[in-house]
Amino acid sequence: MLEVEGLSKRFGGLLANNDISFEVDAGRILGVIGPNGAGKSTLFDLITGYQLPDAGDVRFGGRRLRGLRPDQINRLGVGRTFQKLKPFTDMTVEENVMVGVMQHTPRLGAARKLALEALDFVGLLEKRRHHAQALSTGQRKRLELARAMATRPQLLLMDEVTGGVDQRTLPGLIRLVERLKSEGMTLVIIEHNMQVLMSLADDILALHLGRKIAQGAPQEIQSNQQVIESYLGGAYA
Amino acid sequence: MTDAHSNSATGNEVLASAMAEPLRAPASFKRKMFYITMGIALIAFPHVFDSPFPHHVMIIIFMYALMAQSWNILAGFCGQISLGHAAFFGIGAYSTGYLFFAYQISPWIGMLIGVVLSMLMAIAIGIPTFRLRGHYFAIATLLIGEGVQIVFQRWELVGAASGIFLPIVREQPLLSFQFHGTKLPYYYIILAFLALACVVVWRLDRSRIGFYFRAIRDEPEAASSLGVNVTLYKSFAFMISAGLMSMAGAFYCQYVLVIDPETVFPLSLSILVVLMAVMGGAGTLWGPIIGAAVLVPISELTRIYFGGTGGTLDLMIYGALIVLICIFKPEGLIGAVKMRHADALEEKCDSGDARG
Repeated sequence: MLEVEGLSKRFGGLLANNDISFEVDAGRILGVIGPNGAGKSTLFDLITGYQLPDAGDVRFGGRRLRGLRPDQINRLGVGRTFQKLKPFTDMTVEENVMVGVMQHTPRLGAARKLALEALDFVGLLEKRRHHAQALSTGQRKRLELARAMATRPQLLLMDEVTGGVDQRTLPGLIRLVERLKSEGMTLVIIEHNMQVLMSLADDILALHLGRKIAQGAPQEIQSNQQVIESYLGGAYA
Repeated sequence: MTDAHSNSATGNEVLASAMAEPLRAPASFKRKMFYITMGIALIAFPHVFDSPFPHHVMIIIFMYALMAQSWNILAGFCGQISLGHAAFFGIGAYSTGYLFFAYQISPWIGMLIGVVLSMLMAIAIGIPTFRLRGHYFAIATLLIGEGVQIVFQRWELVGAASGIFLPIVREQPLLSFQFHGTKLPYYYIILAFLALACVVVWRLDRSRIGFYFRAIRDEPEAASSLGVNVTLYKSFAFMISAGLMSMAGAFYCQYVLVIDPETVFPLSLSILVVLMAVMGGAGTLWGPIIGAAVLVPISELTRIYFGGTGGTLDLMIYGALIVLICIFKPEGLIGAVKMRHADALEEKCDSGDARG
């Protein structure tokens, strides 16, 4: 479904992404790991059109995405969330989700109904009339997810599923991702919590300093010497 | 609700009842009566206060409210700060004035041509600048606004610095958009223009386009991740805004019948329009109108008491007001009204989950 071929991006002297290639099949979850600065978010930005790659190409369902704008890529069926959450702060929760719905359903009344379904799915229905500003981090993550889901993507890129949320909030978020998968969604998720990743991901891609250092099943990655050195460190091994 | 929940957080009944709610609380009877009363009052006003001065003050208030509303569409709703809106005012004034002066083309047609030219100019400015992030758009509009004024100061064809004196025509006043001996027609024409701008804002606010504008203002990157073509919608906001501003310029031209670059293209006009919208409450329907209704009388009164252009005393008062509003009502004068409205909504909402 998603094919990434030799993606590279340089910011000044920094090679943020260096010749990264991988594939994701439909219905699978790919986890992306790597220490801060490994190039995970840059990779998402390159795939979704927020940055133009210096080299390489991205194909989605056989279509080239390189050079398309983020909104075009979204309308082709690629949704994403952001590591630094970006709720529309002056809107209510339901209005936030309506923005995502409206590319398919421009009428306000019908759009609101679909938005409420998406909010129900992520468990934010009761907050529908609140301002997005009033939400906790965990709730904002759910809101971003509902908003992205509302655009009806076939592929969803989630930048940090659980980053910045407390322990109590974790299980709910994980279950949400599991439900997405069970409904056939293809996912690429950036995640720091290895435990979370072990239970969710079918495949893991490990990045370090902009390079792909390993790819494989979670158990393989967990025991990969290079990954342990660069990322997991002594504490985990 | 906690974050630890199983499948659907709520039963189907809760979802069904949520869906039955209206998106916004319908306008209350009191509110509807208020609008109707105000409409009647504005139509009756020139007959109740039947002398030129109150007519003039109201005309100027409406004209500035129209300009502030036009800026509000672009900046208040879509978040793109223009500091050169006078350019569109001037283009509207010159299209109308010059075509009538040189070719006897009806000012109404001249106005439409001005609107189209302003929209084209908005696209020409918007496409390169809207792609850039940050303050480039504001800077670009500021410089273009100044540039256009300089061009018109040197442009011999349209009278250069001395501008255009429109020929006085007494036949067919409606067609030639000139009314002598009474300000009444001007009053109703500009009131209609303002009403048009308000209807545009009202409709936008209740449409997908309005949602997209607000999304772009709040988080442009998130908007584009949801399929919103940010540059396209910004350009659209700019076009509507420029067109309405240009209508105000056309009206001004016909109201005073003398235009020159100093009066229709000044930076101070661009800034004043920003001031009114921001003071009244940017991003709201009534803010720009409240702003104009407060600031215009101050300027007109200082002119009466201190002569000439008010000896810039009005500008000093504006400055003081801005400081006061920044401190006490940063959301604009409308903040005071809106708070009360939000309270009323909360009482009405069964769920108790009011907006705001």
